[in-house]
Amino acid sequence: MTRFFVPGDAAAVSVGADEVAAALTGQPGVEVVRTGSRGMLWLEPLVEVATADGRVGFANVTPGQVGALLADAASVYSRQPIASAGPAPEAGHPAYLGPLDEHPWMTRQARLTTARLGVIDPADPDDYARHGGWIGLRRALGMAPEAVVEEVVASGLRGRGGAGFPAGVKWRTVAGGPGPLKFVTINADEGDSGTFADRMLMEGDPFALIEGMAITAWAVGASEGYVFIRSEYPHAIATMRRAIETARTGGWLGPDVLGSGLAFDVEVRVGAGAYICGEETSMLSTIEGRRGEVRAKPPIPALSGLFGRPTVVNNVLTVAAVPSILADGPEAYAAHGVDRSRGTQVFQLAGNVARGGLVEVDFGITLRDLVEGFGGGTRSGRPVRAVQVGGPLGAYVPADRLDVPLAYEAMADAGFMLGHGGVVVFDDTVDMGRMARFAMEFCAKESCGKCTPCRIGSQRGVETIDRLVAGGTESDRRANLALLQDLCTTMERGSLCAMGGLTPMPVRSALTYFPEDFGLSADGEPR
Amino acid sequence: MVEMTRADAVREIAAGYAAQRGPLLPVLHAVQDRFGAIERGDLVAVADVLNLSIADVHGVMTFFHDFRAAPPPTHVVAICRGEACQSVGAERLMADVRADLQEASDVEVHEVFCLGNCALGPSGTVDGRLFGHLTASRVGASLPGRSS
Repeated sequence: MTRFFVPGDAAAVSVGADEVAAALTGQPGVEVVRTGSRGMLWLEPLVEVATADGRVGFANVTPGQVGALLADAASVYSRQPIASAGPAPEAGHPAYLGPLDEHPWMTRQARLTTARLGVIDPADPDDYARHGGWIGLRRALGMAPEAVVEEVVASGLRGRGGAGFPAGVKWRTVAGGPGPLKFVTINADEGDSGTFADRMLMEGDPFALIEGMAITAWAVGASEGYVFIRSEYPHAIATMRRAIETARTGGWLGPDVLGSGLAFDVEVRVGAGAYICGEETSMLSTIEGRRGEVRAKPPIPALSGLFGRPTVVNNVLTVAAVPSILADGPEAYAAHGVDRSRGTQVFQLAGNVARGGLVEVDFGITLRDLVEGFGGGTRSGRPVRAVQVGGPLGAYVPADRLDVPLAYEAMADAGFMLGHGGVVVFDDTVDMGRMARFAMEFCAKESCGKCTPCRIGSQRGVETIDRLVAGGTESDRRANLALLQDLCTTMERGSLCAMGGLTPMPVRSALTYFPEDFGLSADGEPR
Repeated sequence: MVEMTRADAVREIAAGYAAQRGPLLPVLHAVQDRFGAIERGDLVAVADVLNLSIADVHGVMTFFHDFRAAPPPTHVVAICRGEACQSVGAERLMADVRADLQEASDVEVHEVFCLGNCALGPSGTVDGRLFGHLTASRVGASLPGRSS
């Protein structure tokens, strides 16, 4: 039997991976394994074939190419020349990529959290174990909970959801919180446009999240866990639910995790199409069965979170990084990165980019290297004009500022935001006045309505940008510009959460770097 | 056998989740999965079983975009308008799809903000199935009985 690995990841499926898998299934001598995706999304459906010399890949496979794929796989097996090797594959043949582990796009990455993505069968806990799974949990369960917390502190791991709060410090607070009932909640409400790493991890390596949650529970003394996944992610929901069931059966979850005495179980909760639920207090309200309105802090969720109990709220990637930290030691993790941004960041290259996908590298890589080196510039072939980093609430970085290093402090110092590591590329056809308007429109549609600057301010923002762009007399435009800047300040300072507080960031960056798109002169004055 | 009324069925669904912590969202999802919508009578039944006020249940239901008071038409098309999809022509796609389907009473077209397929945009779903590199003609071809 020859093993073919076909991604079951939603992105791969969106361009035909299921059809390729169906065409392969039932071919004589063929075994099909559905994996996650390696993250080379521009090559999907990317099919790998197991050979004696390791796995080799074929790009953009269509169902009609399955016959040619089988012939090429046989050539690889017998070490014969491959019809589709070289820059121009023969007609009807998929492009041959060779071993993906040796592909320059992969060898330049530091895959710690995403090492198993696209490699293992996400339904098989033994496959997970063969690739380094469950080692961190076993080691953690042999340690005192406080020691586990301190290892995470020492690793320098910071929350990957966007705020970048040190994970170990948060855990310490929860561990010291009152009462016997504590929760571990995972924020998988990945609603930012340009981000998909949480989804890919849950679909491709769900046991890593489960293992990380169990370690977290041991460290802070929690007994119940929730993974809150947005409803737009049906594949991730199904994969996580199946993996949780499997983990229960295997003793990795349940009343006595791996015989350690730890009682911990996990449940998936599904969102219902509200972006704001990615805000932690909104997410907690939603799990509780209430409107997803933001709560004022304090009290912080670490002390009074879900149902008023001490609660860990961490992003998928934060907790999925924990097993390798426990397995390999905090020093190994902290050896990656720069300054106070330790470890790796899972970047997501998206939008108008030639080679989009998932790039896990040390903090400190420049935006230019990511967009041009990994991404290969725009998909359209036109010049890059702007890159939005950090989701809909992140700044638009102009093409002449791409040398900024991607780390929490360096980005903040430059007036930008790293966020969840989403990188959305725009070519020179983008109208930044429209994008600024969209930022306000999005906020108006998705605001939870709790606080006035966000609820009303965003609507007034749409209207003010419309008037500004429409023109009028110079004094009209001066007045509208002043009003828009005032409105941004009010939203920044007066909003309860990051939604209203950061919506001005894309707007202001568009005004600062692309004033001509608002009918303003280069110094931001009406002209 | 007495046939179960809708209210009875909703009560049974709600009762199945009542022992969970924070059961309301899972219950609303389950009711909508079963009936395609959450109608006024469903709210009353859910509120009664979970010992909540009708206003509370109504407030939660109307907060979230996914929940609907009336069932959808036969086909639902969702086009992503997130920034990443806009960078590769989502607004144009949305306009084209709306123009193509404006006469189609059995198709609902709505916007969605991000389907997590941001490297392969424009993205959208047709009857729940996710498509990357979506075009208006692909939307048409994916709707049974239409070839436009």
